[in-house]
Amino acid sequence: MDNPDILLSSLTLSGLEPVSIRADSLFVNVGERTNVTGSKKFARLVREGQFEEALSIARQQVENGAQILDVNMDDALLDGEKAMVTFLNLLQAEPDIAKIPIMIDSSKFPIIEAGLKCVQGKCIVNSISLKEGEEKFIHEAEICLDFGAAVVVMAFDEKGQADSTGRRVEIAQKAFDVLTKKVGFPPTDIIFDLNVFPVATGIEEHNINAVSFIEATRVVKQKLPGVKISGGVSNLSFSFRGNDTVREAMHSVFLYHAIKAGMDMGIVNAGQLKVYDEIEPQLRELCEDVILNRNPDATEKLLAFAESVKSQGKKVEKDLSWRNGTVEERLSHSLINGITDFIEGDTEEARLKYPKPLDVIEGPLMAGMNVVGDLFGAGKMFLPQVVKSARVMKKSVAVLNPYMEAEKEKLAAEKGADAMKNGRILLATVKGDVHDIGKNIVGVVLGCNGYEVIDLGVMVPAEKILQTAKEKEVDIIGVSGLITPSLDEMVHVAREMKRQQFTLPLLIGGATTSRTHTAVKIAPEYDHGVVHVLDASRSVTTVSTLLNTDTRPAFLEKTKTEYEDVREKFRNKRSAKQYLSFADARSNKVKIDWAAYTSRKPNFLGIQSFENYDLNEIAQFIDWGPFFIAWEMHGKFPAILTDKIVGKEAKKLYDDARALLYKIITQKWLTAKAAIGIFPANSNSKETVIIKNKDTETPLEFLRQQIKKVQGEPNVCLADFIAPAESGKQDYMGAFAVTTGLGIEKWIGYFEKDHDDYNKIMLKALADRLAEAFAECMHERVRKEFWGYAACEKLTNEELIHEDYKGIRPAPGYPACPEHTEKRKLFKLIQATEKAEIILTDHLAMYPASSVSGWYFSHPDSHYFGIGKILGDQVADYSKRKGWTMEEAEHWLRPQLND
Amino acid sequence: MKKITDCLSERILILDGAMGTMIQRHQLSEADFRGERFKDHRHDLKGNNDLLSITRPDIILGIHNEYLEAGSDIIETNTFSSTSIAQADYHLESLAFELNVAGAKLARRAADEFTAKNPSRPRYVAGSIGPTNKTLSLSPDVSNPGYRAVTFDEVANAYYEQVHGLSEGGADLLLIETIFDTLNAKAAIYAIKKYFRESGKPALPIMISGTITDASGRTLSGQTLEAFYISVMHARPLSVGLNCALGGKQMRPYMEELSHIASCYVSCYPNAGLPNAMAEYDETPEDTAGVLREFARAGFVNIVGGCCGTTPAHIKKIAEEVKAIKPRKLPEPVAEFV
Repeated sequence: MDNPDILLSSLTLSGLEPVSIRADSLFVNVGERTNVTGSKKFARLVREGQFEEALSIARQQVENGAQILDVNMDDALLDGEKAMVTFLNLLQAEPDIAKIPIMIDSSKFPIIEAGLKCVQGKCIVNSISLKEGEEKFIHEAEICLDFGAAVVVMAFDEKGQADSTGRRVEIAQKAFDVLTKKVGFPPTDIIFDLNVFPVATGIEEHNINAVSFIEATRVVKQKLPGVKISGGVSNLSFSFRGNDTVREAMHSVFLYHAIKAGMDMGIVNAGQLKVYDEIEPQLRELCEDVILNRNPDATEKLLAFAESVKSQGKKVEKDLSWRNGTVEERLSHSLINGITDFIEGDTEEARLKYPKPLDVIEGPLMAGMNVVGDLFGAGKMFLPQVVKSARVMKKSVAVLNPYMEAEKEKLAAEKGADAMKNGRILLATVKGDVHDIGKNIVGVVLGCNGYEVIDLGVMVPAEKILQTAKEKEVDIIGVSGLITPSLDEMVHVAREMKRQQFTLPLLIGGATTSRTHTAVKIAPEYDHGVVHVLDASRSVTTVSTLLNTDTRPAFLEKTKTEYEDVREKFRNKRSAKQYLSFADARSNKVKIDWAAYTSRKPNFLGIQSFENYDLNEIAQFIDWGPFFIAWEMHGKFPAILTDKIVGKEAKKLYDDARALLYKIITQKWLTAKAAIGIFPANSNSKETVIIKNKDTETPLEFLRQQIKKVQGEPNVCLADFIAPAESGKQDYMGAFAVTTGLGIEKWIGYFEKDHDDYNKIMLKALADRLAEAFAECMHERVRKEFWGYAACEKLTNEELIHEDYKGIRPAPGYPACPEHTEKRKLFKLIQATEKAEIILTDHLAMYPASSVSGWYFSHPDSHYFGIGKILGDQVADYSKRKGWTMEEAEHWLRPQLND
Repeated sequence: MKKITDCLSERILILDGAMGTMIQRHQLSEADFRGERFKDHRHDLKGNNDLLSITRPDIILGIHNEYLEAGSDIIETNTFSSTSIAQADYHLESLAFELNVAGAKLARRAADEFTAKNPSRPRYVAGSIGPTNKTLSLSPDVSNPGYRAVTFDEVANAYYEQVHGLSEGGADLLLIETIFDTLNAKAAIYAIKKYFRESGKPALPIMISGTITDASGRTLSGQTLEAFYISVMHARPLSVGLNCALGGKQMRPYMEELSHIASCYVSCYPNAGLPNAMAEYDETPEDTAGVLREFARAGFVNIVGGCCGTTPAHIKKIAEEVKAIKPRKLPEPVAEFV
């Protein structure tokens, strides 16, 4: 509150945004075109119920600079209350109009009262007066006060309308006293309309009308501190109807003088105010003579001048430059700005441009809605604007609908009735929750897109959802909720769907839901697709993807993979901000009852190497999934080979790969070598594992998770999976390094010379797959044979890929043991370079590139995990263990540092 | 009893924290919510927290006591959804008045016990008036923007009944809270004025607390903070403030703005941070109290407390942290206009 005087002497109003009319404010325009008594066009539109167009008149007023919008429905042919309510309710949904305050204008108080009940902002009531006595005046003023509205008080009393300076002042004084002393009205919320009467009417007494108004303004402002002065300006030029040039000039000149005297606001057509200085000097002079009553023949002169100027029709100027864009840009603009004026034409244009009407929806319209979603997420749009965008979308879809219907019928004629079926979606707010605004929006957006929506409403129990889904044979179920317990209810719905053997997808939406919650809590409960939908704008793409049998499997597979990642991240990153001290993290290690566990003594100890390993055997272990990902084809193998969209390409790629693989194997293009080792090992109960190889001891240093976990979840370190020395139990640990890249250069060079990039990439991709397969192959042999802790294991390749086996083979440099320099110890332990010809570069990369190395852990609790971020205390500890300076430690642990 | 305005001029007053979070801790079943009286009610009642004032008053009283023990000067009645409109979801419209009386009486009893123990530190009961679950400015039907699910008069009548109940039950203050549609709040103000005018009882002070719902910095119904403030000032409230939807950190710019424009006292009771992906609030008492302490030091606030996810531990910490900090000063009134 820099200056309370200014604030308190100002009239504050609000629409969606505040407006403050202060003593030093410039003149406030009150838009008058939304007044049935003043605008024939508006009156006709309201009478005909064309409210949409009536709203565009309001919008024009705002665009032309109106700061307050006068709304008047006083027409004998109208139900004024109903028209007022309808129009104001619609107006509230137009943020670009509703941003400014409303002046509720009526001579009938019940209409005013009805209007006050529709507007959240602080309005102005126009008007009340002493015309029918003090009692009624007080009663009406009290109601205005109950709604917090400011009031326009007409200079009118039981004797009649004030037409002289003296009467104007007298009535204003009386009304002021009643309002402030008897009703308790704040003076700043009182606006006097001192009656603007016409001048230049030919009647001599009228010549002083403007001067008298201006003079009264001056006096009232002096005598009654805090009040504001207003007036209906267009009355002034009543006698020049039809001659806008003259009228506008008169208004400007009048206001110029009245404002100087203290007039604060006026009801004017905001688009028709000439700048005082820009009025043609001769006309300005004539107007001034009339208004200030400076010259007895002023009226005649102005009339003569008026005859000489043609009333030039004025164009409404509006920035329509966006209309020059492409049809996509125009559609997007309309969606984002909620403009319905052009949407039908633009949609039609787009329909002709695109092959199918649905392409328009899925293309430019959804693109626009996605922008809306993004802007909303970023706080650059707010809900009422988003709702408007949804409506523009609906209009556009309405244009496309008949064509889509026609197409459907055509399709039905060609392919039978099944093709007619457009998806049927069941929506419900789950049991225990009553919030449904978002769900309703989703329903409308889906409905707009031609889907049949069955909305079960709020508080819907799972049984009812599933029963209806069966009865109505819906294609997708969507559940929504806002409050926290709804999340558990959604889990319940998913479980029930599984129990009742549903196969249709389940969509999750609502304010408290999240991708993470869906992935972690709901998706694991149901196998046929659980998808979190961020907002209504994304619901259409999700639903259309799911209903299309071509795209559905890949989409569900992709979602599943994404959610697996989310789960993994969630497990590691839970309460991302919170970390434990290293000491606390260590005391929350993995608890293994070593007394009750004895590690299997390996069938062999020491190192073993393999030369020219059979590529054919290795190839049996290939996981083709990542191969297709390397070629940026997403989908599950082998389903991808028969996929309707990418299947053909995938099959071709696969065939080429098999052909090249056959050559690699039969012609021995590549040489596979491996070195493995299994050694006695024990941990130090902390993060170090001591490996004993004959007489030497090698300490392996590991890191520990430091992120604060949920109750019961440990802060994992790989060393936790090795029995501590103090347990008295002998444990073991292994290491391996495999390569399938030996000899690859020659063939790469061969393809390069041939400019055959395709086969060059293919060869590298296959070599990588073979290296991974080799690692898998060796791991299996270690489990079953060399170490032998899982001698009876029988797993399919599928199960291998899912890592369903016992024990792990984490690689240094990867999430569970991210620090790369430990690779040096690994290489030394098993003599990887000597035995398997794999070289470790200065940057600790392996050469040939198609190589894999890692540790073997056998404990059944051992599992893959990520270390995540660590704190300084662990960095210090680690640097001590490694004999590093802090700088060195920070260099090698850079990705793990929490900064 | 010492007047609340006297207390407010001396120190920052402490509101209580979340009711829902505390009720959830009891892991109540459908049967708990029903009690003996509603055991045959034809619709689910679990989740109707306000009903517990009647069916499990022991739990509600216990929660009030915990907050008073933690240092709350003002406790809120368990009546956030006790309007005929909100109760319609449970088919308990007719219970609205009784819920308000019962809710207010429980809080009254708890507050009076603590005041009796230490009369120099009076405890106050704020009748909680929630937003209802229907909006007066927004259409629930996107394709029909002019539609309204309720009318102003329906909402005002429901509030009138609630205010009547709260007043009968002995509330000291009326707290219109979690306002996401200003027109609903205006209906509440309208009902309050009407009730006290018609009943002839001395009017209870009104506290107003809005909710900024998203990153746009606006209410759900689209108003900016200042527009919201202007729209409710005719209530001549004891205090105006913000609660819910955001954590304290996210509220800072809005609290700063409000403390600058408000001519009355300013309140702030944020959630315990933003909900995480599991819809849990994980700000510790230290976190929340730290943010509010900073607001207090910056001179933004007169009344602080907690909303969703806050617990007696949060309130205790908040009370400790702001204890020694001077309350925000009211702007100097200009006598002739007030």
